[in-house]
Amino acid sequence: MNYIDPHIHMISRVTDDYERMAMAGCQAVSEPAFWAGFDRGSAAGFHDYFRHLTEVEPKRAALFNIKHFCWLCINAKEAENVRLSREVIALIPEFLNRPNVLGIGEIGLNKNTANEATVFQEHVDLAMKHDELILIHTPHLEDKLKGTRMIVDMLKNDKRVKPERVCVDHVEEHTVKFAKDNGFWCGMTLYPTTKCTPARAVDILEQYGTVKIMVNSAGDWGKSDPLAVPALIQEMKRRGHAENEIKKVVFDNPIAFFSQSRRWSNETLGGI
Amino acid sequence: MTLAAQPAAKVLDACFLEARAKLLELAAILDRIHRGAGADKIDDLRLDRIMAGLKLLQDQHPHRAELIQELFSHPYDPHWKRPQPKP
Repeated sequence: MNYIDPHIHMISRVTDDYERMAMAGCQAVSEPAFWAGFDRGSAAGFHDYFRHLTEVEPKRAALFNIKHFCWLCINAKEAENVRLSREVIALIPEFLNRPNVLGIGEIGLNKNTANEATVFQEHVDLAMKHDELILIHTPHLEDKLKGTRMIVDMLKNDKRVKPERVCVDHVEEHTVKFAKDNGFWCGMTLYPTTKCTPARAVDILEQYGTVKIMVNSAGDWGKSDPLAVPALIQEMKRRGHAENEIKKVVFDNPIAFFSQSRRWSNETLGGI
Repeated sequence: MTLAAQPAAKVLDACFLEARAKLLELAAILDRIHRGAGADKIDDLRLDRIMAGLKLLQDQHPHRAELIQELFSHPYDPHWKRPQPKP
């Protein structure tokens, strides 16, 4: 079955992973800007990173007929440095008209600090100024519930924000209903130990439905599986769910969300 | 649109061995903690939460996974100071 991985950090993956994903049916990936594995020392480092996301990864993906899309921001972990964050935010408009850019992301909170919240709001200001989609990172583990509530507080406090143009990612059992009830798209991340399993994700789909929800592998520097979305497809098939429902979650829904980007056109999909 | 859940008996058939393995894993972890030096003096909120979680599992509650998530979550203050949008 063809699928899209709407959240995977291909900069941290070897080229063989693209090949395996293509063989498993991956048609497109969406790669949010994230932490490099260390705290970057300057805005110039981010400028190079944004070039990587908009120039290098699309070419690497194309070797295996995968379309590559990306999001731009300074991630929540490095957002504790407000001075650096403002320098990086000032760089982003230069890249916003590159054809594979979907919007601003993955912005959010990490340890739910005041500085992170300040930088989050400044990213939202940027997104609203340029009419961009937003992809949200909700914190890990014990910080997730509090951070998700704080993020939704900030989004609802900003009358310019349209919930249908925002995806709240990494939702789990205790945050999915809250995000959905507030009108946002949701993403479930299939990542070992610290996030969701394919089985729990299907449990969530069975309880809350398949409207405005996606699944992703968030493959990154840590131990993670770039074939996590195909694993969910198998779990849904094992439980007897219809092919059209599975396709909705893993293919149609990502396209429905991404196609709201002002750079999206009929040519964007390139035949997928 | 919601997806239909499988019948309970079918879920039990499919998941029994996995549940057994996970219980065993948890039991082994608790044994490992208690075999370690200082086990009789351990006073750690994380262990308290694990034991509270085990009690939660015994409730006939339809949303045990959600309750476990909340047990391990920091509290939220609805009166936190929000940064304001800059139009």
